Amino acid sequence: MTHSAAHVSYLEDGHTLRSWLLTTDHKRIAILYLVAITFFFFAGGVAAFLMRYNLISSHGLLGSAETYNRLFSMHGILMVWVFLVPAVPVTLGNFLTPLMLGARDLAFPPLNLLSWYLFIVAGFVALYAVVAGGVDTGWTFYTPLTSLYSKGHVVAAFIAIFIAGFSSIATGLNFIVTIHKLRAPGMGWYKMPVFLWSLYATSVILVLATPVLAMTLLLVAFERIFGIGVFDPAIGGDPLLFQHLFWFYSHPAVYVMILPGFGVISEIVPAFSRKELFGYKFIVWASIAIAVIGFLVWGHHMFVAGTSLFSAIVFSLLSYMVAVPSAIKVFNWIGTMHKGYIHFDSPMLYAIGFIGLFTTGGLTGLFVAALAADVHLTQTYFVVAHFHYVMVGGMVSAYFAGLHFWWPKITGRLYPEMWGRAGAITIFVGFNLTFFPQFVLGYLGMPRRYFAYPQQFEALNLLSSAGAVVLAIGYLLPLGYLTWSLLYGDRASANPWGATGLEWSTPSPPPTENFAVTPIVTQAPYQYEQPEAVIHE
Amino acid sequence: MSDAAAHEFQFSSAAHQRETAISGIWLFLATEALFFGPIFLAWIYARLADPSAFDAGGRQTELAIGVTNTALLIASSFAYGVGLACIEFGSRRGMVLWLLIAWALGAAFIGLKFGVEWRMDLEKGLFPGATFSVHGPSRSGAQLFFAFYFFSTALHGLHLLVGLALLAWIIAKARQFTSERHSPVRAVGLYWSFIDIIWLILFPLIYLIGRAS
Ligand code: HEM
Ligand SMILES: [Cu+2]
Repeated sequence: MTHSAAHVSYLEDGHTLRSWLLTTDHKRIAILYLVAITFFFFAGGVAAFLMRYNLISSHGLLGSAETYNRLFSMHGILMVWVFLVPAVPVTLGNFLTPLMLGARDLAFPPLNLLSWYLFIVAGFVALYAVVAGGVDTGWTFYTPLTSLYSKGHVVAAFIAIFIAGFSSIATGLNFIVTIHKLRAPGMGWYKMPVFLWSLYATSVILVLATPVLAMTLLLVAFERIFGIGVFDPAIGGDPLLFQHLFWFYSHPAVYVMILPGFGVISEIVPAFSRKELFGYKFIVWASIAIAVIGFLVWGHHMFVAGTSLFSAIVFSLLSYMVAVPSAIKVFNWIGTMHKGYIHFDSPMLYAIGFIGLFTTGGLTGLFVAALAADVHLTQTYFVVAHFHYVMVGGMVSAYFAGLHFWWPKITGRLYPEMWGRAGAITIFVGFNLTFFPQFVLGYLGMPRRYFAYPQQFEALNLLSSAGAVVLAIGYLLPLGYLTWSLLYGDRASANPWGATGLEWSTPSPPPTENFAVTPIVTQAPYQYEQPEAVIHE
Repeated sequence: MSDAAAHEFQFSSAAHQRETAISGIWLFLATEALFFGPIFLAWIYARLADPSAFDAGGRQTELAIGVTNTALLIASSFAYGVGLACIEFGSRRGMVLWLLIAWALGAAFIGLKFGVEWRMDLEKGLFPGATFSVHGPSRSGAQLFFAFYFFSTALHGLHLLVGLALLAWIIAKARQFTSERHSPVRAVGLYWSFIDIIWLILFPLIYLIGRAS
């Protein structure tokens, strides 16, 4: 690779397919990921749509429990491992980490490219598992169903997740080392944007929790292949051990899915309130606290699995504790907006939606973390609504918020703002229509993961399915106008939002080497002008 | 171009690049530790269900081979350490010699473990399943032990094979290393010792606990 032609935009630096597929430029790899992630998001979305179609009638319109089981398993597996877990880190994180640090690339660019290839292989193995006949175990793969009884393509799904896991580990490792070693001169830890702190906390979880899942899946695969293994009660093994190991990964993994979102929101709220981020250090340490405490709460997924009452009480208490740092962040964002000069551009609309939806999801997390309530609510649609409020209402909104916010930087083009706002509002409305009824359904006792249900639940299910149509339109809108803007959007200036942060000090789209001269950082982040000054502008 | 070739453009100097690579390896080893962690945890936990049956399985293992193999691995890490010290003092030839010894000791472990010990185990009918040769009340627990045994030794062996390939690669590239620039030697060394440490945990789990009770 030669960079002799000075300051060529990274998009112009080579036009061949090869220049993309063999690139080690973090910005190009982010684009490669963006394409892949979008594809898997819509693949997972199709499964969800078919599920909602089935549930329109209490008899189940697809007419088959087998098909339905495969649909929700495919939906969960694709959405969790090839969309939600990687989504923000591999796209926005890859693109922005070096830019925000004032660096030229990540510490290990070839590893970054390798992680993309691993990801692609994982995604296609997962799709193979689906096409070959699917998996009927749900995304949680509980033994002994998975190890001994299920007839689906469990091992293929495991291989997919195993490989995706190593892709995640590579990404996390790259971020941690980069943040430690490649900060620009003057960029102290407390001068870093919160987005990077969030990515750091996320990466710690990725690096330390993912291998546990990898080993757990290997152990189940061994059992499945040889018919004998460590989770088999017939020889003194313990299927509950699987649940412990699985949730030891998967609860921290839910924070992998939300922490980067917190980071995105923490960048956007000050930028569109024209105010310094309120309580920077609290937000920073809340991220770290979440990463740490998040490792200690897995037992709340097993309250009714036959664990002891004592352990259940301890896990319940710890789960309450993990909600505290999340709440701190919500207060800080609201504190930032308070008396701010708020601009309601699309990124901010998504961000405000995020705050409301995440808070609803987080609070209902406390409902299910309460022992007595959970005995009633577990395995019902209430839990489904809880985690969709955090993961879809929260994380997917944050992802879209970030995508819109940094779109001009990434592509050098502006998207049509009115369409952006229409999309944000459609998604918000569609989301609530789809998932709020599920809180009610769950509270009334409708269990999750069944293809048919008692007739009394039909009206609310119909409402939820109708909401899914609105939501689908909401997600298709950005696909349309963002793609359109690539060709026809107005050219973006270096800093169209007037935001702080090193990424805005370099041209849009940035040159291959990011910065002509390595920047020297002297200021804390988020030094926005006072509202008065802005009003008179 | 020779100056620019000395380090990649995201680093400020070649030393900066070397330091960063070493941090990366440490973090990778943290991942590896958590990768093996669940086996150890599950192993200890599984034994609790029926310790005497589980231990009956443990007593079927080949202690002499286990001890020999442990000695081989420790000696191998020692040899690697000497090799690293050699290159730090500028002796490329010393490094190659000691790394060859380290490689041979590691290969001897593999040969003994899979060529001899596993074969004996399989001949004795110790692979879990219908043909499992331990009968009576200990049958289930002993099978569980051997499920762990075969799984974890295979995985450890796989890591060792990767290590042997890396060592071979270092030896093949020996000409590039000097007393200043040899971070790949250091990185591979960290990994090589790490595999040792995994074995040092597996060794008592496999050979000692069953015999101690
Ligand atoms: C605010 C703190 C949170 C608390 C106290 C909490 C608590 C809980 C509890 C107790 C359950 C188990 C309910 C049951 O199965 O009966 C649960 C399920 C779940 N939560 Fe949360 N949660 C929180 C935040 C989150 C976040 C941020 C996410 C993801 C971004 C998330 C994702 C999930 C998922 C995916 C499940 C369901 C897993 C399954 O069974 O398929 N939670 N949560
Ligand atoms: Cu949880």
